[in-house]
Amino acid sequence: MTAAIAGAAESDLGVTGKSVLALQSQAVTRALADAGLTLRDVDGLATAGVSRFPAAQVADYLGLRPAWTDSTSAGGSAFEMYVARAAQAIDAGQCSTVVISYGSNQRSARSRSLGGAVEPHVPEAQFEAPYGPLYPISYYAMAAQRYLHAYGAEREHLAEVAVAAREWALRNPAAYRYGAGPLTVDAVLGAPMVSSPLTAADCCLVTDGGGAVVLTSLDRARDLPRPPVVVLGYGESTTHTSMTGDDDLLRPGSFASGRRAFAMAGLRPADVDVAQLYDSFTITVLLTLEGLGFCGRGEAAAFVGDGRTRPGGAFPLNTSGGGLSYNHPGQFGVLLLVEAVRQLRGECGDRQVQGAETALAHGTGGVFSTHATVLLGADR
Amino acid sequence: MNEEIPVDGVTRPWWEATRERRLTVQRCLECGHRQHYPRALCTGCGGTALDFTDVSGRGTVDSFTVVHRAPRPGLETPYVVARVRLAEGPILLTRLVGADPSAWTCDEPVRVAWRPLPDGRHLPVFAKE
Repeated sequence: MTAAIAGAAESDLGVTGKSVLALQSQAVTRALADAGLTLRDVDGLATAGVSRFPAAQVADYLGLRPAWTDSTSAGGSAFEMYVARAAQAIDAGQCSTVVISYGSNQRSARSRSLGGAVEPHVPEAQFEAPYGPLYPISYYAMAAQRYLHAYGAEREHLAEVAVAAREWALRNPAAYRYGAGPLTVDAVLGAPMVSSPLTAADCCLVTDGGGAVVLTSLDRARDLPRPPVVVLGYGESTTHTSMTGDDDLLRPGSFASGRRAFAMAGLRPADVDVAQLYDSFTITVLLTLEGLGFCGRGEAAAFVGDGRTRPGGAFPLNTSGGGLSYNHPGQFGVLLLVEAVRQLRGECGDRQVQGAETALAHGTGGVFSTHATVLLGADR
Repeated sequence: MNEEIPVDGVTRPWWEATRERRLTVQRCLECGHRQHYPRALCTGCGGTALDFTDVSGRGTVDSFTVVHRAPRPGLETPYVVARVRLAEGPILLTRLVGADPSAWTCDEPVRVAWRPLPDGRHLPVFAKE
């Protein structure tokens, strides 16, 4: 039984002054309204980032007693993983209507820490934290440094990712940087250095935000108000948590997750009309483009040149403005799905990719630790 | 550089060796695989019989980053965090010391140096060869 996304929505974004559960409630109720469903229809729930038992916590708050839940903890990629799990649960008959949700008030609550939270019982507390890496920035910074060295790329190539994201954000009224004006390569390079070669402008935003999507069977979704968005394929790869756990900084798990997702969908990278790739940092995008096969190894720096990923370019990428210029509520994965759905439904106004029929959403969590790729299609 | 780095039963021999400024990695007695950080099993073969073996202290910079914003109080910026690939194979997270932060490149050779910790242990860092 094929699964489909029948509804999608954002919570309030930016600086909200709202609690995590209030943002979750907004996201869930808006996504259900979008799908033409109500809380009474929900028998599956997947969520993260709330408390020790995220799905149980949110179920309690919403007054639900779901037949199926998932709180797989994988950071930014968890929500792409939930799509896979939810599609399987619906196919197995364990539940019929799943809400995947997230909310964070990290900017209002000032809860984000540059050092991250290293629990004293994990090896990182003994073998990494003493050296003072920023978590997760310094890992991506080392990947970026290696990238520049190995491929002869320049910081300007990294900066182009942030510049293109801003161009998209200027077309998205919901974006944190909407109205902020264009970003220049010089401004990215000249921003305060955080962990070289990454400046503050190479790093994603820290905002409140959240979102939700509603999954059900394709057959049922066809009877609901919105055009169904079909789950065509998915793939995952989990590779490490420690900053020394991956031998090759330039070959993250997206190489495996992408291969698996495209194989399941029977598609190739060239079939993708619009891509939403987790952009925690500018380097994340370059390596994910290579991992998913949109270009060869070492070619992403050139690939994003000539405005290819900007509005009007041949490869529409992170059309919301991404984590760099739209919103980054700590775990951005659910908003990748929301934007992919809206592109496939043709609802994106000034930033709409005309005729988009196939979309890819790729989540990344931790320090390139977890990867999940989802391929979605219009029901044509 | 730090206060009260934790230690556990598996990692204690590694930390004890640092009191004598000896850098070690774990070695599997069944398949010979060398690994770092120390674990209760071999990631090569799953074997559980492992010991610690001295390494040369030589390696190369896999990559590095100059940190300009300290993650906690008491750290003076800028400083250089790096992945060093030991000649024997395993990769360590560490610091690069003894040179200007702007003076480092990937793949350059380095050699272990030691920073004393208040409890008599030492923290391995790396300097230019």
